[in-house]
Amino acid sequence: MTRSFSLLLRTPEGIAFSLPLAGPVSRLLACGIDLACVSVASTLAGTLFRALGIVSVDLARAFMILAYFVISIGYGMAAEWFWRGQTLGKRLLRVRVMDAEGLRLSGSQIVLRNLVRTVDLLPAFYLVGGVSMLISRRGQRLGDLAANTIVVRAPREEEPDLAQVLGGKFNSLREAPHLAARLRQNVSPQAAAVALQALLRREELDPRARVELFGEIAAGFRALVAFPPDIAEAIGDEQYVRDVVDIVYRQSGETSLRPRLESSA
Amino acid sequence: MILDLARFFAAERPFWVELEKMLSRLETEPGARLDLAEARRFHYLYGRTASDLARVQTFASEPEVRGYLESLVLRAYGEIHETRGRGKRASLWEFLTRTFPRTFRRRAAAFWLAAGITLLGCAFGAGALLLDPEAKNTILPFDHLLGDPTRRVAEEESASKDRLAGAKTTFSAFLMTHNIRVSVFALALGMTWGVGTVILLFYNGVILGAIAFDYAAAGQAAFLAGWLLPHGAIEIPAILLAGQAGFLLAGALIGRGNRLPLRARLRAVTTDLITLIAGVALLLVWAGGVEAFLSQYHEPVVPYSAKILFGTAELVLLVWYLARCGSGEE
Repeated sequence: MTRSFSLLLRTPEGIAFSLPLAGPVSRLLACGIDLACVSVASTLAGTLFRALGIVSVDLARAFMILAYFVISIGYGMAAEWFWRGQTLGKRLLRVRVMDAEGLRLSGSQIVLRNLVRTVDLLPAFYLVGGVSMLISRRGQRLGDLAANTIVVRAPREEEPDLAQVLGGKFNSLREAPHLAARLRQNVSPQAAAVALQALLRREELDPRARVELFGEIAAGFRALVAFPPDIAEAIGDEQYVRDVVDIVYRQSGETSLRPRLESSA
Repeated sequence: MILDLARFFAAERPFWVELEKMLSRLETEPGARLDLAEARRFHYLYGRTASDLARVQTFASEPEVRGYLESLVLRAYGEIHETRGRGKRASLWEFLTRTFPRTFRRRAAAFWLAAGITLLGCAFGAGALLLDPEAKNTILPFDHLLGDPTRRVAEEESASKDRLAGAKTTFSAFLMTHNIRVSVFALALGMTWGVGTVILLFYNGVILGAIAFDYAAAGQAAFLAGWLLPHGAIEIPAILLAGQAGFLLAGALIGRGNRLPLRARLRAVTTDLITLIAGVALLLVWAGGVEAFLSQYHEPVVPYSAKILFGTAELVLLVWYLARCGSGEE
């Protein structure tokens, strides 16, 4: 049996893409967070129902037993239903439960994968589930196999924010349009993507690493096309990369998105 | 060629947002339906977004946009190509009067298998005690059942105070949750190709058979019936129904005589499994209440005849319910 690390989907419209499967470590960490959530929720419910002891100790104890049962069994089901395949742990670790064939995740599937967890937990510490994940082709524990689900690294659901790098600021490289056109021709999509990602994530970088990274990327672009020194040397490496990305991803010389929007409308 | 991403994004974004809104509605409202015009629009938006994804994949290696579009296309693909009916808003009445008993009848073979294995266990337990009375210490897991039945009956009948006073609700909650956990386990053990479910049901049967034989041999059949019937008339069939769900799952896993692929077989039984276990949970809530509030009280507090009559009535009603309820339009 060949183990694959991604779910390959091909729609009848001819679109093919793959979703990376969540690894055992991220799933384990997500599970740990969920256990903590269950524990906190149970403790809170226990405290709440303990107060009921003023009326009846018997009733308070019964509610505490029921609350722990409902929370421990229902937490995963409720969270995965309301957050479409995610619990709090899965959200934080950016993994998601999905139908194994990319279809709609149904309530029955969510309930079943959570019920079969009782066997996955055997004999202790998810041993059965862990072994099943390691040997199954799609990294499925028994609950996933029974319910036809898989756990993938969550695809991005928020709209990408391109405005922060393509925001229509002045671009001095555009003062040499023939060189800008050559740059657009010479930059590979991969290099452009690296530069765009570096810009999108620049705030997450350590200041020193940020200077080094943009220095290296800018040096690569500078080697591709030599802009006149009065243009190229007047700007820092990060600004240079920003200007290159602007040229590569926006083919016209417009300095703002607004005229584009109006003309496309 | 690299796509003019900003222009592309600005031009296509309204369609993505519209698709996302429709998807959110479909995903969050169980009863949501699209009329013909909406369905056409949904299909158009799906096709357009899929085409955008193809363009991004081909002409721009920009993971942010690609990831976003993949997520949208994937969700829309799931909605469009899903052939299972959309879940209706759950109605307890519909579930109780139609869905649950019909599912039981449709999958009755697995129930009879569960019942047969439990009966075998009962025979084994009774036979073990018949041949070797000392086997009781090995078979029975409960300390209060290891003693002499006659002495226990005498103690119960002469008890001057209610030993469950102030703890009946707690005991009831414990029984409910414990029995539901056991039932869920019986279902989940179906993933061991049914071996675990067989062992669990057989062992339950062994305990039941041993207790029944022990009390009957000691001439305490009336006490036994009065003690077990009120809750057992519901609890024991409920465990068998959980076993039925376990065997249903195991049957789909094994797939003997079924040429569908494994995933299709499992998909075909998923809803029935959940229906059965939900019905079991409801039955066990009732049984837990009866066991704590009635079964533990014996003569002279409650006459055995009344308890036996109550248990028999429950059993008859349950048999009628599972065999006939909701069969009119089946």
